[in-house]
Amino acid sequence: MSAPSEPPRVPVTSPLWEVFVRARRGLSHTHVGSLHAPDAELALHNARDLYTRRQEGVSIWVVPAGAIIASSPDEKDSFFDPAADKVYRHPTFYEVPDGVDHL
Amino acid sequence: MYGNDFAPEEDAPGGGLLGQVEAAEVALREAAARTREAAPAPGEDPAAYFADVIDADQKIEPRDWMPDAYRRTLVRQIAQHAHSEIIGMQPEGNWISRAPSLKRKAILLAKVQDEAGHGLYLYAAAETLGVSRDELVELLLDGRQKYSSIFNYPTLTWADVGAIGWLVDGAAIVNQVPLCRCSYGPYARAMIRVCKEESFHQRQGFEILHTLSHGTPAQRAMAQDALDRWWYPSLAMFGPPDGDSTHSAQSMAWKIKRFSNDELRQRFVDMCVQQAEILGLTIPDPDLRWNDERQAYDFTQPDYDELMRVIKGEGPCNRQRMEHRRRAHADGAWVREAATAYAAKQRAESQREKVAA
Repeated sequence: MSAPSEPPRVPVTSPLWEVFVRARRGLSHTHVGSLHAPDAELALHNARDLYTRRQEGVSIWVVPAGAIIASSPDEKDSFFDPAADKVYRHPTFYEVPDGVDHL
Repeated sequence: MYGNDFAPEEDAPGGGLLGQVEAAEVALREAAARTREAAPAPGEDPAAYFADVIDADQKIEPRDWMPDAYRRTLVRQIAQHAHSEIIGMQPEGNWISRAPSLKRKAILLAKVQDEAGHGLYLYAAAETLGVSRDELVELLLDGRQKYSSIFNYPTLTWADVGAIGWLVDGAAIVNQVPLCRCSYGPYARAMIRVCKEESFHQRQGFEILHTLSHGTPAQRAMAQDALDRWWYPSLAMFGPPDGDSTHSAQSMAWKIKRFSNDELRQRFVDMCVQQAEILGLTIPDPDLRWNDERQAYDFTQPDYDELMRVIKGEGPCNRQRMEHRRRAHADGAWVREAATAYAAKQRAESQREKVAA
């Protein structure tokens, strides 16, 4: 118990990390959630204890949340526009004459 | 296995709880696969877009526009849910050092660790709504946000650990399985994770009671006593009756909540009756009987005045729980400070090395 004369402690906020887990060999890392940790090493340990208690993964990435640059939903139109008018990128755009195999 | 009797429309693949959780997960993927513009078109009303996403049973994600009241409701609900998981470690933690065998102790430790994990998943989900972890912790420690009232009851015997697993976790599951379909993506995903883990909790509780109720007469009596004390508080976990529930209607419209308090309470009772029979224990309700017309059990409602008293802070353990939480938080301060100081030192050293190189 702290004595009343002690100065109030300033709360220590540790940074937020985003956690990505590779569930099995052959799969890509998938975002599973986030956690707080003071440094990368503790972030990895905490991620193991928090997100892989039941052998959910064979590999973990932790990324400082502040280091992630995200596109904004508001600029969706202008941002993803370049792909919108290129239906010819999909194989279904092309008509294949009857009788053509292996195409 | 249980729960098939109350979700025929959901066509749960594995049946039972886990089946329903998996069905929710499949529904989440399917909803994501249905094409939708990722944002409102320019000039489109964001509120109309929001309503549209909710109507289509799709998920609202952190950076989407949402009504302020929706955000506030979610922050409150997710935070109180997280606080409940954290405080919920105490009644069971009370028995870790006195578990009757090494196996039981290891299992209980794993379960209590899961509860901490659930709290952390949920705090992380709340933080996506723009509230900080420190704020949430402070709201709990200052008593400005609540946690589930059930944890203000004491665990007097080892059988109480069983009753908590069977009844308290069972009630929590009945509450939480529908939350796997909540309209807010991060909450729904956290709940899917939580529910998958909860089924272990409920089964371990049932197993403890089953062992006791098939043991010596004293063990049997202990199991019955635990059921007698935990039954009504567990029924009260579903909250006040529908007529008195303040937040329900709006939460249902937003698809945060899917079923009313009374509907969920009825499901829970219907589920427990047969399980109690297998345990050979008697549910302490003389008016409990099957109603053929309703195809459900009639039962005595819990004492809602008592629930209100416990919510207001007058339960048997409210003070003890809060004091313990505050003390644990204060006692951990030096660990957080030391870890932060160590991180700062490591950063400074790696900076120096870079400069030297």
